[in-house]
Amino acid sequence: MQSPAEIVQHSGGVIGVSWLMIALPLLGAAILLLGGRRTNKWGHFLGVAMSLGAFVVAVLSFVELLGLNPEDRRRAFELFEFIPGMVNMGMLIDPLSISFALLITGVGSLIHIYSIGYMSHDRDRRRFFAYLNLFVAAMLLLVLSDNYVGLFIGWEGVGLASYLLIGFWQHKPSAATAAQKAFIVNRVGDFGLLIGIFTIWTTFGSLAFADLTHQVTGQASEGTLTAIGLLLLLGACGKSAQLPLQSWLLDAMEGPTPVSALIHAATMVTAGVYLVVRSGAFFEAAPTAQLVVTIVGVATLLAGAIIGCAKDDIKKGLAGSTMSQIGYMMLGAGLGPAGYAFAIGHLITHGFFKANMFLGAGSVMHAMNDEVDMRRYGALFSVMKVTAVTFIIGYLAIIGFPLLSGYYTKEGIIETAMHHNEILGWLAVLGAGLTGFYMSRMVFMTFFGKKRWAEDAHPHESPAVMTVPLIILSIGSIGLGAYLVLGNRFLTFLSPAVGLPQPADMPEPHVFGVGPAALATLALVAAGAAFAWFRYGAAEVPAVAPRGSFLTTFARRDLYGDALNEALLMRPGQWLTRIAVFFDSRGVDGLVNGLAAGIGGTSGRLRRVQTGYVRSYALSILFGAAAVVGALLYVGNM
Amino acid sequence: MTTHYLVLSALLFAIGGVGVLVRRNAIVVFMCVELMLNACNLAFVTFARQHGNLDGQLIAFFVMVVAAAEVVIGLAIIVMIFRTRRSASVDNANLLKY
Repeated sequence: MQSPAEIVQHSGGVIGVSWLMIALPLLGAAILLLGGRRTNKWGHFLGVAMSLGAFVVAVLSFVELLGLNPEDRRRAFELFEFIPGMVNMGMLIDPLSISFALLITGVGSLIHIYSIGYMSHDRDRRRFFAYLNLFVAAMLLLVLSDNYVGLFIGWEGVGLASYLLIGFWQHKPSAATAAQKAFIVNRVGDFGLLIGIFTIWTTFGSLAFADLTHQVTGQASEGTLTAIGLLLLLGACGKSAQLPLQSWLLDAMEGPTPVSALIHAATMVTAGVYLVVRSGAFFEAAPTAQLVVTIVGVATLLAGAIIGCAKDDIKKGLAGSTMSQIGYMMLGAGLGPAGYAFAIGHLITHGFFKANMFLGAGSVMHAMNDEVDMRRYGALFSVMKVTAVTFIIGYLAIIGFPLLSGYYTKEGIIETAMHHNEILGWLAVLGAGLTGFYMSRMVFMTFFGKKRWAEDAHPHESPAVMTVPLIILSIGSIGLGAYLVLGNRFLTFLSPAVGLPQPADMPEPHVFGVGPAALATLALVAAGAAFAWFRYGAAEVPAVAPRGSFLTTFARRDLYGDALNEALLMRPGQWLTRIAVFFDSRGVDGLVNGLAAGIGGTSGRLRRVQTGYVRSYALSILFGAAAVVGALLYVGNM
Repeated sequence: MTTHYLVLSALLFAIGGVGVLVRRNAIVVFMCVELMLNACNLAFVTFARQHGNLDGQLIAFFVMVVAAAEVVIGLAIIVMIFRTRRSASVDNANLLKY
């Protein structure tokens, strides 16, 4: 196994100004938020320009990075001293971070452009772009920071942006609730990450990635490393909607669709995968933590797929599929250096085809008066050809249709998992089959079959500002996977950042690249698609969802995840708060109020002594004087 | 010998005290206060004579000066109250109560 390259301190060239990637969108957000209504007219153009500017810097940095020798491709430089003697804030530009930066700014810019059209009727479009820019800045800080503190600040920043954007239409109670749910569930994960970072600091005395290499982590006990790994994984689960912290993602679909595409499909939810891969040194030294990562990944990829099978809401279906695909990435990230390249590769191709499909779903909703129920769609292929064709390209990519993006990256993860552990591999194959079913169901229900539209629906193709991003994304969905995976191009590119796997860890190449696992996957996907055609393409789809079997209800209710959370956490929590409230109102308040009432009552009686008659005062003075004299006599006689 | 003076002083003081407590007319109350002060003066002077030094005499003078100052201010207040309320009864001036 080849270790990752050393991080070189160097601040020349375009990479030296790569902090502009973060600064530009941050500036955009600041101008749009502080400028207020004055910026309403041109705010969205500024937002797009800032995002595109960040993309240009990212591309230039990438080109400069490619011009370096592979072993020099990890450039870090310090920006300022953040916490004196503890953390220096700096940037780390290496193949891993630049891949993310390109994805975030590239797909992010396309979604910015799309939003001009999608949000054109919204009065608050400027605020929307301000939040989008804020998100891009925070996400770039997350991936470009050269230490865990910067990563954590970005991590919280994207959480904030996600909260603001899910609750963007806060006049809808469901959106406001969903935003809070996302924030609170993420908080659980954030605590894990925070405690993990504390543990790293107390164990190794540094939080800079440059200091936390394999040589250093080898010196700590495996128990500590496992603890660090599991805590970081908890953080990753929160952000990436992995079991057991998955429940917020489905509700997060209350946000505007471009948000779902950018934050809850393409970029933010993959931050957990980034964290696991970036912290590879810890996980590779703690096999137990790695095993847990793969188990979480497999469990989530199956759970997400099962949920996706039963959802009639097109966005929730896509959200289930996002969970499932991130499960694949987690699985890959838990397989060590052999899986990293496929996990990150799948992450990037998924960023393209999932953003493509989410934006396509947004385009459909835009045409159907914001209807999200797929049972009210049908036969939309003929009226919105561009949306339909690009959506279907994304669909073929996600189910792993041969030669499209998803095929290469997902197949890579499945093969590597199969090589690592047969059970994990076969479960991943099963997940792929389910993907084939639920995605086909979605496509058949939306674009084919009979019209089941609402009376007043007049679907039409979306404007060019929305379809052009769709077309660009669908091109990425077609070709990117093959480009990255064939010839191990991405593996080689990424190796300075994450290391190269031992040859024994890699699955053996099959003839024509198609092994038994790939064949089984394809067969299952085809079966799933055929079953979906039989159920939802050829047969009539009822406009109202039938009751369905126990299994359907199970999937519709998100595998009872919310019920479980309520029973295990919410109810006991409520009991706890009730006890605390009782103690507070009766115990603490009783003591304080009782004391106050006692003093008040006594003084109310005592004040009657103040009659206002001079003689009564004179009498009391007399008694007082007599008492003093008596006391003096008594003392004097003693 | 001095006992008589002291008894007289105590009697005057008691009469003054009772007057302050039971009379309603502010002028009378005021005069009773003077009576008490002078009872004290008598006691001071008596003790000065008994002990053969001038300390008591000195304090008696102080008391007289203070009483004179007090009369100036006190009478002024009483006159003002009488002018505003048409009454010099101390029981009527009972606004400062609970």
